[in-house]
Amino acid sequence: MTTTESVEHDVQLLDRVTIRFAGDSGDGMQLTGTQFTRTAAVFGNDISTFPDYPAEIRAPAGSLPGVSGFQISFSASDIHTPGDAPDVLVAMNPAALKTNVGDLPAGGAVIVNADAFTPGNLGKAAYATNPLTDGSLKQYNVFEVPISTLNANALEGLDMTSKQVDLTKNFFALGLMFWLYERSMEPTLAWIEQKFGKRPVVAEANRRALRAGYAFGETTEMFHTTYRVPKAKLPPGVYRNITGNEATALGFLAASKAAKRDLFYGSYPITPATDILHQLAGYKSFGVRTFQAEDEIAAIGATIGAAYGGALALTGTSGPGVALKTEAMGLAVMTELPLVIVNVQRAGPSTGLPTKVEQADLFQAVFGRNGECPMPVVAPATPAECFTFAVEASRIALKYMTPVLYLSDAFIGNGAEPWRVPSVDELPDISVPNAVKGDTTFLPYGRDPETLSRPWAIPGTPGLEHRIGGLEKLDGLGTVNYDADNHHRMTVFRRDKVAGIAKDIPDQDIFGPESGDLLMVGWGSTYGALRSAAERLQAEGKSVSHAHVRYLFPFPANLGAMLKRFRTVLVPELNLGQLSFVIRGTYLVDALSYGRVRGKPFRISEIVDEADRILAGGR
Amino acid sequence: MTETLDPAAPEPIKLTRKDFVADAEVRWCPGCGDYSILAQTQKVMPDFGVPKENIVFISGIGCSGRLPYYMNTYGFHSIHGRAATLATGLKSARPDLMVWVITGDGDALSIGGNHFLHSMRRNVDFTMIMHNNRIYGLTKGQTSPTSEFGKRTKSTPMGSIDRPVMPLTLALAAEATFVARTVDTHTEHLARTLEKAGRHRGASFVEVLQNCNIFNDGAWRDFTERDVRDDRMLVLEHGKPLIFGKDRDKGIRLRGLHPEVVTIGRDGVTEADLLVHDQHAEDPYLALILSRMFWPEFPVPVGVLRDVERPTHSDLVDAQIEQAKATSGEGDLAKVLLSGETWTVA
Repeated sequence: MTTTESVEHDVQLLDRVTIRFAGDSGDGMQLTGTQFTRTAAVFGNDISTFPDYPAEIRAPAGSLPGVSGFQISFSASDIHTPGDAPDVLVAMNPAALKTNVGDLPAGGAVIVNADAFTPGNLGKAAYATNPLTDGSLKQYNVFEVPISTLNANALEGLDMTSKQVDLTKNFFALGLMFWLYERSMEPTLAWIEQKFGKRPVVAEANRRALRAGYAFGETTEMFHTTYRVPKAKLPPGVYRNITGNEATALGFLAASKAAKRDLFYGSYPITPATDILHQLAGYKSFGVRTFQAEDEIAAIGATIGAAYGGALALTGTSGPGVALKTEAMGLAVMTELPLVIVNVQRAGPSTGLPTKVEQADLFQAVFGRNGECPMPVVAPATPAECFTFAVEASRIALKYMTPVLYLSDAFIGNGAEPWRVPSVDELPDISVPNAVKGDTTFLPYGRDPETLSRPWAIPGTPGLEHRIGGLEKLDGLGTVNYDADNHHRMTVFRRDKVAGIAKDIPDQDIFGPESGDLLMVGWGSTYGALRSAAERLQAEGKSVSHAHVRYLFPFPANLGAMLKRFRTVLVPELNLGQLSFVIRGTYLVDALSYGRVRGKPFRISEIVDEADRILAGGR
Repeated sequence: MTETLDPAAPEPIKLTRKDFVADAEVRWCPGCGDYSILAQTQKVMPDFGVPKENIVFISGIGCSGRLPYYMNTYGFHSIHGRAATLATGLKSARPDLMVWVITGDGDALSIGGNHFLHSMRRNVDFTMIMHNNRIYGLTKGQTSPTSEFGKRTKSTPMGSIDRPVMPLTLALAAEATFVARTVDTHTEHLARTLEKAGRHRGASFVEVLQNCNIFNDGAWRDFTERDVRDDRMLVLEHGKPLIFGKDRDKGIRLRGLHPEVVTIGRDGVTEADLLVHDQHAEDPYLALILSRMFWPEFPVPVGVLRDVERPTHSDLVDAQIEQAKATSGEGDLAKVLLSGETWTVA
């Protein structure tokens, strides 16, 4: 904790605090973290979160694989990441302690549920001796709180089984944290009423658990200090807390309004993209049509069908689902229909680590289809940016009559930050007209001279009856054609159409000087770590700049020249060097790769260390 | 089942077969059964009274996949097995269109088997015409899901070891609301069946027994040839007893759970003993029995096995949208953007 000022002996003023809640996957840690996040956001802190949960819904209770965590960083100033390391770890059982305590710096605070440190649970966590008594935690500030017992006492007299009572202990922990960080219980109490109002006993149990935790903090002599993190100074506006998946769903809803077309979303449930389907399924009053397909292929097939019919059509999935959709993506390229394919990336290959973050689907996005099959690729960098890039991906798809890949990932998809809510008037007009019958022969593959896009002639339009499909088509007329030169010409058209989008996207921006010793180039969810690292390095007087690429195919027109103005280009990414490979191939620039695939976001410190190593002449 | 497909049309549209013939050279092998299916399809199109711009033909891959190119309507030649998925999305976004899915035995039942099942159970309002020639023709002769057990093909030189599926049984099991069978060379029956299928609201499945004169010549010859068909096929008619035979003297009777062939007038059998066809039966038992009957044990049933009414997929999609609008009003984007807890920074 960065102590900035001590106002009185029992209240410390802090600029930023990072808390990690960890427990069994059945302990409600995601909910606890979310409640703390809402409270901090509504209070006015800048926030950044990192939910980290296992792939199993309920791994064996108390086991190491069953540990679920939620890290939140809240701050009085602008922050970009959920924090490298927690200041405080709340561990609900030995397994949670074991898997998380290593991330805590010396002097960090650990609040444990002492009741959970039974011989049985210690055994499940493979502790030979009790860490609370064997001295192994002496470098930390450990608070042993008998959370289960205290919580059970607070709930005495309620008509609940002891198991049901135990399920509320996460709210005891939450109440305690609210007291420790001077937070109001009101938002959570309101949430309890809204969620459990119809089940009075459950509502009462959760209220009592929360208040008991808070009261315990007040009355115990265990804690001598509470901590205060003042409001952050954010640009004026109305804010809400938003995850990347929420922003993606809202962004496409907004895009449908901006395009003046009904939204169609075809999808098959897959972690970590499913939330987008859930959310869009709730927007029926907007005319949104969601379709839970029988498989990934059907999801994109239906999406292509809806696009053909004139809808703003998209499909959402994660990497393994994109693999299944690949052939259909080729069909969309060949038929030149507008749609968006959302890939909320997770760690691969194959099933990989379904709930963990990775950026290893860039090659798949840029190259992963048979034939010469160019497709624009965009990648939002933060949860809030998922909104603007949903609109942008839709704009490109409609204007250029092309499928567009939208690469999010598990980190920004599930992670949250405050979002300044845009007004509807701020939305760009991305509408495009349908083709109508003119005086001359209709050319289904005639091209707009500027964009090279073909007309969108939707069924129901009199006089434009025509046939499209996966077979190569004659330039202009669009009939099936096997001519060698025509195939070459059409292939070049498809390439040039997508390449031309570079003229219609913003130039690459840069953080720091336009030239110098080191340019760090990143994309997607590593934005926060890279930007924070660049800030730190620049503050130390080092010649380091940061460029974060949102348009991965085609690249912004000025990117190549920008790269060449730096002595060294370093590309940190959560894969083993995919963007650096594409940059090298595209620009003949000796871009160095820093790739890590641990299923976790970068720590700021490791980027700083790597940059320092490179600046010192390392390779 | 004769509702107008385009109630909004100001006046009946008078089109002819020629209006539906596209300006494209038909490229099937001479003698292919697909020519007949195309011709009858073009012939019945004007009967629906639907403007041709409101009609879409969607196909997968295989010889049948070329059919949309020859129809002067909107057409989409998609990828292998997936035509039903495109049709589902199109029909969801555009319930106003009349959608036809053209497929084959490999396209629908092998690579597209999953979509066949799910589009049927959803009752997507389209008509699926499955050209069944019991062979992969476009890849020059490999065993298909409907090929006979033991069939020798290029890929099964010692005979196929896979049992064939029965398409009509599959369609019924998948809850299709209209299930019929016809034959490429029985042009009048083919046209009549296509018309009935086209008029049905909901998922219609028509199996057309089709000959591939190059890679599987005589696929269905044993019972479809003119001289034997009366004795070896059973033409289904709603409300009529199951009678067949050149002399109309044979019938189908139920013994326990099993159908059996009987001769009217022999062993005391009268017409009253025979099963009576009911294509509108809500339960699928009779249709399932019919779907399992096949030559040589039984005459092969052709005609409509099942025709029942259920809300279509797009009916239900639209109803939920209307219900949502009625409950919470037309969606308000500004309100949704500001949903959840918000706070103001001055």
